[in-house]
Amino acid sequence: MNVDINGARIFFTIPILGGIPITATIVNALLVTVLVLGTCVFLTRNLQVRAVTKRQVVAEFLVETAQNFVNGNMGEKFAYYAPFVSALFVSSLLGSLLSLVTLFPPTGDVSTTMAWAIIVFILITYTKIRTGGLGGYLKGFTQPIPILTPFNILSEIATPISMAFRHFGNIVSGTVITALLYWSLSVASAALIGLIGKNILVAALVLALGVFLLVKYIMAKRAGAGKLMQCVGAVACTVLGALGCLSQLDQCFTMIPVLQVGIPAVFSVYFDLFSSAMQAFIFCMLTTLYIANAAEE
Amino acid sequence: MMEKAIIMAGCAIGAGLALIAGIGPGIGEGNAVAKALEAIGRQPECKGDVTSTMLLGCAIAETTGIYGFVTGLLLIFVAPGIFIGKL
Repeated sequence: MNVDINGARIFFTIPILGGIPITATIVNALLVTVLVLGTCVFLTRNLQVRAVTKRQVVAEFLVETAQNFVNGNMGEKFAYYAPFVSALFVSSLLGSLLSLVTLFPPTGDVSTTMAWAIIVFILITYTKIRTGGLGGYLKGFTQPIPILTPFNILSEIATPISMAFRHFGNIVSGTVITALLYWSLSVASAALIGLIGKNILVAALVLALGVFLLVKYIMAKRAGAGKLMQCVGAVACTVLGALGCLSQLDQCFTMIPVLQVGIPAVFSVYFDLFSSAMQAFIFCMLTTLYIANAAEE
Repeated sequence: MMEKAIIMAGCAIGAGLALIAGIGPGIGEGNAVAKALEAIGRQPECKGDVTSTMLLGCAIAETTGIYGFVTGLLLIFVAPGIFIGKL
C-alpha cells in the first residue's frame, strides 16, 4: 500500500529537436479541444434569425453569458475579448473536470497554466503599450518614484507566475489530498476488517446484526417506511461481518477496501467540482481585470 | 547511505516547514469571509456582488499558501533527486 502521486505520464517521445515528450497533458488538452470544438459545431449548426431549436437557445444563452461577463468587467470597448475569455474558461473548466473520469487533468500540469498565464501577460503588456505608447509603458515602471523600479519590474513578473501557480496549485492539491485520502481509507478498512475478523465470534455477531438490520429494513420498506440511512447501515454491517468471517479462511480478504466506497465522493464534490469551477472563474476574472486595468493607466 | 538519509530528512522537514505558509491564508480568508458575511447582513441586496468579490479576494489571498504548497511539492518530489544526484 503506497501513496501514489505522479505527474503527467510520458506516452512517447518525438525524436526531433532533442526529443519532444508527448505527455498525458498534451493528449488530454487535445481531447478537451476536440470536445469544445465538437460542442461548438454541434450547437451552431443551421442557426436561424429567430431561435426555433433548443440547441440554438442554449448557444445564445452561453454566448450572452460570456458577453455579459466581459462587458461587466472590462466595459463595452473590450467586447472583442469575449471569445478569448470564454475559451480560457471552458478549457480550464473541462481540463480540471477531466479528473472526475480518472484522466490526468491538463491543468494539473504547470506547463498548461503557465502557457495561459504567459498569453495573458502578453495581452496585458500589449494593452499597456497601446494605451500609453512605448514611452508611457516604460515610464510606468518608475512610478511613483524612480527608486521603486526594481519592485515594479518584480511585480510585473509576479503576475503571470502567481496566476499560473494559483491554478496549478489548487488542482494539484486536490489530486494530492485525494491520493492521501484513498491511501488512508484503504489502511483504515484493512484495520477495521482485521479488528472484526480477529475473533470469529465478533465477526459472526456483526454479520448477524447486519442481517437482522437488513431484514428489519426490508420489512419496513414493505410497510412503506424505511430510511436510506438504515439501509446503508445494514448493508455496511453485513459486508463488514461477512468479510470478517471470510478473513478467518484467508488473510487476503482484509485487503478488500470497503471504506473506499462512497466516502471519496463527498470530498470529490469540493476538490473536483467546486475547485475546478472556482479556479476557472478566478482565472478569467483576473484576466479581464488585469487587461481592463492596463488600459486605464 | 548516511548522506542520502540526511538529504531525505532535510527535504521532508523543509516540506513540512514550507506548509506553515498555510496559516496566513487561512486567517486571511477567514477574515475576508467574516467581513463579507457582515456586509451581506447589512445589505442583503448586494449578496451577489459581495460573494463574487469575496471569492476573488480569497483566491488572491490563497496565493501565498499555494506558493508554500508548491515549494513543499518541489522539496518532496524534485529536490531529493537533484541533491542525491550531486553526491
